[in-house]
Amino acid sequence: MSSGSVDVIDTVTLASQTADQAQPYAQLGLEDDEYARIHQILGRRPTQTELAMYSVMWSEHCSYKSSKVHLRQFGEKAPASDALLVGMGENAGVIDVGGGLAVTFKIESHNHPSYVEPYQGAATGVGGIVRDILTMGARPVAVMDSLRFGAPEAPDTARVANGIIAGVAGYGNCLGLPNIGGEVVFDPCYQGNPLVNALCVGVMPVDRIQRSAARGVGNLVVLLGAKTGRDGIGGVSVLASAAFDQDTAAQRPSVQVGDPFTEKLLIECCLELFERELVVGIQDLGGAGLTCATTETAAAGRSGMRVHLERVPLREASMLPHEILASESQERMLAIVRPGDAALVLSLAQRWGVHATLIGEITDGERLVITWHGEAVVDVPPASLADEGPAYQRPMRRPADFDAIRADDAGKLPRPHSATELRDTLLTLAASPNLCSRKPVTQQYDRYVGGNTVLAQPADAGLLRIDEQTQRGIALAVDGNGRYARLDPYAGAQLALAEAYRNVATSGARPIAVTNCLNFGSPQDPEVMWQFEQAVSGLADGCRTLGIPVTGGNVSFYNQTGETPISPTPVIGVLGVSADVTKRIPSGLGNVGDAIVLLGQTRDEVSGSEWAWVAHQHLGGVPPVVDFAAEAALAAVLTDAGAARLLTGVHDLSDGGLAQALVEACLYRRRGAYIELPPGADAFMQLFSESSARALVCVPDNAVTQLRQLCAQQAVPYAALGVVTAAAQLELHHQFTLNLDELASAHATVPTALR
Amino acid sequence: MTRVVVDVMPKPEILDPQGQAIAQALPTLGCAGVRSVRQGKRFELEIDGVLTAAQRTDIERIAASLLTNPVIEDFVLRIEDDDVVDTGRPR
Repeated sequence: MSSGSVDVIDTVTLASQTADQAQPYAQLGLEDDEYARIHQILGRRPTQTELAMYSVMWSEHCSYKSSKVHLRQFGEKAPASDALLVGMGENAGVIDVGGGLAVTFKIESHNHPSYVEPYQGAATGVGGIVRDILTMGARPVAVMDSLRFGAPEAPDTARVANGIIAGVAGYGNCLGLPNIGGEVVFDPCYQGNPLVNALCVGVMPVDRIQRSAARGVGNLVVLLGAKTGRDGIGGVSVLASAAFDQDTAAQRPSVQVGDPFTEKLLIECCLELFERELVVGIQDLGGAGLTCATTETAAAGRSGMRVHLERVPLREASMLPHEILASESQERMLAIVRPGDAALVLSLAQRWGVHATLIGEITDGERLVITWHGEAVVDVPPASLADEGPAYQRPMRRPADFDAIRADDAGKLPRPHSATELRDTLLTLAASPNLCSRKPVTQQYDRYVGGNTVLAQPADAGLLRIDEQTQRGIALAVDGNGRYARLDPYAGAQLALAEAYRNVATSGARPIAVTNCLNFGSPQDPEVMWQFEQAVSGLADGCRTLGIPVTGGNVSFYNQTGETPISPTPVIGVLGVSADVTKRIPSGLGNVGDAIVLLGQTRDEVSGSEWAWVAHQHLGGVPPVVDFAAEAALAAVLTDAGAARLLTGVHDLSDGGLAQALVEACLYRRRGAYIELPPGADAFMQLFSESSARALVCVPDNAVTQLRQLCAQQAVPYAALGVVTAAAQLELHHQFTLNLDELASAHATVPTALR
Repeated sequence: MTRVVVDVMPKPEILDPQGQAIAQALPTLGCAGVRSVRQGKRFELEIDGVLTAAQRTDIERIAASLLTNPVIEDFVLRIEDDDVVDTGRPR
């Protein structure tokens, strides 16, 4: 982006006079027809600064040009919900959770920056999503993260995994936000392309929701937060919108460094400005920095805006206009305030130690004019950048190997038969990288800061109290399964949704809203585009069936190394509401003597399972059946039984099936279990099938009848499996008995990369 | 004996929160007029005898990969002859 002489700034006047000057649009990632359209919009060639702005705003990351024709389904198929206060389109959706409180939550990817510089990439990923939540007017109250790394034994995985985990911990812990759950998954498909999906949730009074629209001629534009430096220039367009190759070293200057202490001050400052009703419109500065914030606020308000770029406080005085506009320096916000409030806003910012600078004003008309020492360097219709970017109906094709992979059923693989073989399989799985204890990761996160965490990892869902008087709370779970989605992207997205929904229900909360982070390969690959379309359809259909709307999310394309894309990985977050967190269902096994009950139906489903992968490195066949009616029925039983305090323990069944659920449930509170598998059933399938819509619950004798009735009402299959025991062992009648110490030591195995 | 000094600094375009925190604290300590602070780190590597070309290459490689995070830091390497140590050689 250093075309032209440093001394001559390319102004609008100059651009009108030198219409024929050649411009490096192709190097900036713009297609021929896109460049021609810019000419058409402006009626002249763009200035160097304008060209840089169009290049970044029309990049895949900002414009969603390959995905938006498909993402419309989330709106079109959305179930009616009167709890939805703000839907898709704003920075994050807002949900009315009752009691005068609103909750906003969203998940976003920071995959590519985290591969280049794991610590800072992950840290700024957390910082970015926290600002999205703040922008809606909410106080951020918790974070979660879904992380995917390459094979644990591969040489680079330690660098990537440890850096990313430390970055998530470093930023979140410094902000004082509890990290209440998430995922850590190892799979070779993420070797050159880890996934870092960060989720944040915030709470506000219903009447404090903020909007991004810049309105009111004469209102002032205030830049809040850190000074602007050369960090991350072109980060969005360079890092997130093109595939990785061996040249990543050349892209290194795009990395941003975060400062959580500045972010903390920015949060408190903005919350005070919201509380005092001093803000007309607000937008965080993330990808594409000031370019994105000025164009989106102006476009949303259908307003004109004038920005005096030389007023922006800089870390390096020599920065050029296009660099200032493209900088992705962290910890910055753009606020629109009334002129009469400006002095108060500046003094409040000063009290919080936050830089605040008046950099422009709202004007009549619909032009965004940016001047540099009095000369216009940008004069554009803001909507042409923010809303009217290109949209492509990319070609789609079902992957050539799709049918062959689906025919390769895991059911025909050699499986354990004898009691010893089953016992060894259970232990091997419990010690495997994706099923072993997440403690080496989660113990680096502050899970209880703030004193409102009711449940956090290793519980199935995070549960947070949001009102100390009423004990009202919210539950959150985030899940994905790239293997299922590789076998069937439509079902894979639905299985991720089903699991997150089920996890929220295990806390006793009622699921009400969905966010998603869709991680895929290159949209220019028709097979990837087909996977994407399938996953979006699956998710949209699933949300309609379950009656919970998608409130927002994020698409990350170009997750591939060379020509090889990652497994399609839709990561789904579900939010639930708990009327009273003191009635949450405890995790793990209940009290000695309580019955252990399996809810739901077990089918012969091991394709795509953790067992097929660990025992045979096999990925083939058809993933488990999706049954949303069964999921909804199970959730209804759990919420009703939770509210009636019938249950003393719970654990959902997912990766690793019943075997892994028993291991985790026993170890949660170190309780023993005596289990009799259903007579005549195939012990292997009972233990290792990954059928969905199932959960393990513990119920005291005096509540068994009530639970049975609830299950009968909802037509949820009820199978009494056994009893919680005082003995420190997991006993499977007629099969094997395992000492809890032996289980614990297998489960405590640390994946190679994290040692 | 030869001492090799490697000075590592955050790249000029990279934010340095530590240096910034120090700069912000200075006025409260009565130190005025400091416009900016950048914080780096210094490594001293002591080599027996005279530094050979092969050793220098090794150290440069280590400096570029281990001592420095090349994504966000630059380094400068320089060689100091130690005038305190009894090398026995004429100085």
